[in-house]
Amino acid sequence: MSNWNWRLISTHAILIVGVIFMSLPVWVAFATSTHAPETILREGLQFWPGSDFLQTYKEVLFVEGGVMKSVLGTTMLKNSLILGFGFAIGKVIISMLAAYAIVYFRFRLATPLFCVIFLTLLLPLEVRIIPSYEVMAKLGLLDTHFGLIVPLIASATGTFFFRQFFRSVPDELLEAARLDGATPWGFFIDILVPLSKTMIAAILIIMFVVGWNQYLWPLIMTTKEENYTLVIGIKQIYQILAEGGELPQYQKAFALTILATLPPVLVVLVFQNWFVKGLVESEK
Amino acid sequence: MKRVQFEHSSIPYLFVAPQIAIIVIFFLWPAAQAIYQSFLLEDAFGLSSQFVWFRNYKDTILSASWLQAAGFTAVFSILVTFLSLGFALLLAVKANEVIRGASTYKTTLMWAYAIAPPVAGLMGNLMFHPLIGDLYKFLNAIGWDFNHKLDAFDASFVVILIAVWKQISVNFIFFLSGLQGIPKAVNEASMMDCSSPTRRFWTITFPLLAPTTFFLMVINITYAFFETFGIIDTTTRGAPGGATTTLVYKVFQDGFRGADLGGSSAQSVVLMILVLALTVIQFRYIERKVHY
Repeated sequence: MSNWNWRLISTHAILIVGVIFMSLPVWVAFATSTHAPETILREGLQFWPGSDFLQTYKEVLFVEGGVMKSVLGTTMLKNSLILGFGFAIGKVIISMLAAYAIVYFRFRLATPLFCVIFLTLLLPLEVRIIPSYEVMAKLGLLDTHFGLIVPLIASATGTFFFRQFFRSVPDELLEAARLDGATPWGFFIDILVPLSKTMIAAILIIMFVVGWNQYLWPLIMTTKEENYTLVIGIKQIYQILAEGGELPQYQKAFALTILATLPPVLVVLVFQNWFVKGLVESEK
Repeated sequence: MKRVQFEHSSIPYLFVAPQIAIIVIFFLWPAAQAIYQSFLLEDAFGLSSQFVWFRNYKDTILSASWLQAAGFTAVFSILVTFLSLGFALLLAVKANEVIRGASTYKTTLMWAYAIAPPVAGLMGNLMFHPLIGDLYKFLNAIGWDFNHKLDAFDASFVVILIAVWKQISVNFIFFLSGLQGIPKAVNEASMMDCSSPTRRFWTITFPLLAPTTFFLMVINITYAFFETFGIIDTTTRGAPGGATTTLVYKVFQDGFRGADLGGSSAQSVVLMILVLALTVIQFRYIERKVHY
């Protein structure tokens, strides 16, 4: 019995160490962000919240020149939200439409087009950074929401995922719908979309997080400060800290990491079950 | 395929058109451009260019800096993959064992998934900051002459630590869902046959997790190759002396800062071949999984 007890204690001990390892850096980042820069410089990182919470976050979010040269934290927050939602919704729509065509229609180019979609897996952004930038510049799409979001939403994994799901939908549904005179579009909107609701929700949640966290693409696509997302703001504040200045604003750098982290973390926590489902299913 | 399908000649094309258009314009065109440019040598002003066959490949890939980056990428990928898989597996097995607090552990171990790599990079960077970073002070206090700005080993240590930290939660989620997929009857039968939990794990549970582990290895190598860009860009930026430059980071640096188009394109093409190899491995494995 005592052997069993020790095992239980060691199990909990390992888990608690794991939780501390995963969470402490974020807690320290938050606690430090609520202190004055002088305190941080004098005492180092902080483990307990200080008294400057309101002031720091007010400056970062609402004061011009508070964190970047001119852009406000709220503007970056807005850009991040646009990217996160645009990315997620765009991916779902584009993949559902393509999967619908491939599963429910007989057409000559079905297989070659499916192969083209598959090709995207072989061409992650990182292997075509410079030419992608050139193409975007040629098309005049730098610094636009369209250019930021649309090139990212092609998705082989999303298309596979919905293809798999549509295949599991019973054939009788289409037979019945056709007897009732349903058009292709009508069948898609009135029957398939409602049937896919939980799938859509799971993919939306995971893709919002992935979209919010995009780094390389926004980095090369945005040159104007007003288009920065919070994650790109991270790069800029890194630059500012690296260049130095009179009094480094560490608390604002930490506040920015917290602001860039909070929305996707909340999404994951609130929709935990859907999130796990979406992650495990869509990656398969 | 479906038994019943719509018979229409044009409508399916309309449905796939958006996806295909995006792929052609934003994937295939740039990729073709990269392949084309990798065979060209431009003059200093970018006015004229000349076809040079594989010279760009020879010049970049045999250069000391590319080989250094390739070496670092290999070591980095292996360490990040094994360390993050190992820690995640340990935590997942323990989290699957406990009854009290199971859901709290699960939530607090997986939420770091939502943190972007560059954000993790900046947090880590500040923790190791020479002026304010407690970790920097701590390591020096215990006798390690730690300086990641100057020392290649220390810089690699920082980058690898942050990359592992960021990846544990994904692996944890997959391992835990893999463990929960093992039928109760199997667990009960193994309890009867074998009293040692350690042996039970290695002879029953771990082999059953093999498909998950293999799949995660591919995912983790891909992560170490590509997604760690954000971590490196907010910590060491490849310094000191290129010691923490991965292949992807080098393409970026050479293309944007160095403005060496031919060389950077040649590097891109080499990366495409690496991705192709990874994808082939991944799909071969998925085919095999069907027979399990």
